Amino acid sequence: MTIEHVLGLVTGILFGFLLQKGRVLRFEKQVAAMLLRDMTILKFMLSAIAVGMVGVAALSSAGVIALNHKPMNLGAVLLGGGLFGVGWGIMGYCPGTSVGALGEGRWHALFAIAGMLTGAALFAEAYPWLKATVLSWADFGKIGLPEALGVSQWLIIVLFWAIVGALFRWFEAKGL
Amino acid sequence: MKYQSQDQDGRPWSPYLAGALVGVLAILSAYATTVWMGKTNYLGASTTFVRAAGLIEQQVAAEHVAENVYFTKEKVRVDWQFLFVVGILIGAFLASRLDGSFRLEGVPPIWRDRFGDSVVRRAIGAFGGGVVAMFGARLADGCPSGHGLSGMMQLSVSAFVALAMFFGAGVAVAAFIYRRNKP
Repeated sequence: MTIEHVLGLVTGILFGFLLQKGRVLRFEKQVAAMLLRDMTILKFMLSAIAVGMVGVAALSSAGVIALNHKPMNLGAVLLGGGLFGVGWGIMGYCPGTSVGALGEGRWHALFAIAGMLTGAALFAEAYPWLKATVLSWADFGKIGLPEALGVSQWLIIVLFWAIVGALFRWFEAKGL
Repeated sequence: MKYQSQDQDGRPWSPYLAGALVGVLAILSAYATTVWMGKTNYLGASTTFVRAAGLIEQQVAAEHVAENVYFTKEKVRVDWQFLFVVGILIGAFLASRLDGSFRLEGVPPIWRDRFGDSVVRRAIGAFGGGVVAMFGARLADGCPSGHGLSGMMQLSVSAFVALAMFFGAGVAVAAFIYRRNKP
């Protein structure tokens, strides 16, 4: 085990612990979010994002950490995001939560994990073809919203907090 | 709520608190990986499935894996994220054992209400959904961890689009599949 492995393992254990404590590993919670009946998943994700974005913005503008945007490859993100959503709805887990769900005894997640390994292998086979087609349609590169809109990252963060705050109040008022 | 029973489910934390702590963890992790590994790593999970698939395929067709452009690009090795994903399993196991919410489950309740008790049927659904979801996640270059958490924290344009597509398609499919379930 190198330092890289120790860091990954410790971070993963803490992440898995928090996912489990927030009860977001459950098939029930994921599907209930998609059925718009229980917003536990969104409360968890948006809280993590709202807190995380402040630290990431501060540390990256101070030059301490580097940003690493995923490419805004329009066809790939739209098509891939849509396919992911379809599979997610049927499977009831995402890649990270499937592993955590197995950890809390939901062993049907094993079938989901096996399916995802197969999906990854199929993607590797299809990659040359996808590279020549979908992936080459419209790549806007690794861009952040502040550059794209020409506004300060802090303005976006303040707006994000305001919207998320209103959303949380609405979730609680509706008992979601 | 029909599908949850607080008294049988250990001691959950508020999703706001647990989520906010994940935000803190993500910041600390970005800092720690920069300092100790010389490269800022953000939380993510789906690339590990590519590397794990490559490691498995190597056992039967090592040459094929070596020749594959995508496996070469993503590098088939046990890296930071691979151990991170292994850690998720351990962390969830510990948390669920410590608060008594660990349960062996083969068919989840919402699924049972719609498709019955068959484990085989659930296995087919989970497997098939998994194939489609991972193909999509690799095409989009991220999952709800990589795009949803890490991309959003960095205000990446791709993350906003990906997350909207994840949820949009998920909502449509769930409404279609479970429309006969009573709320």
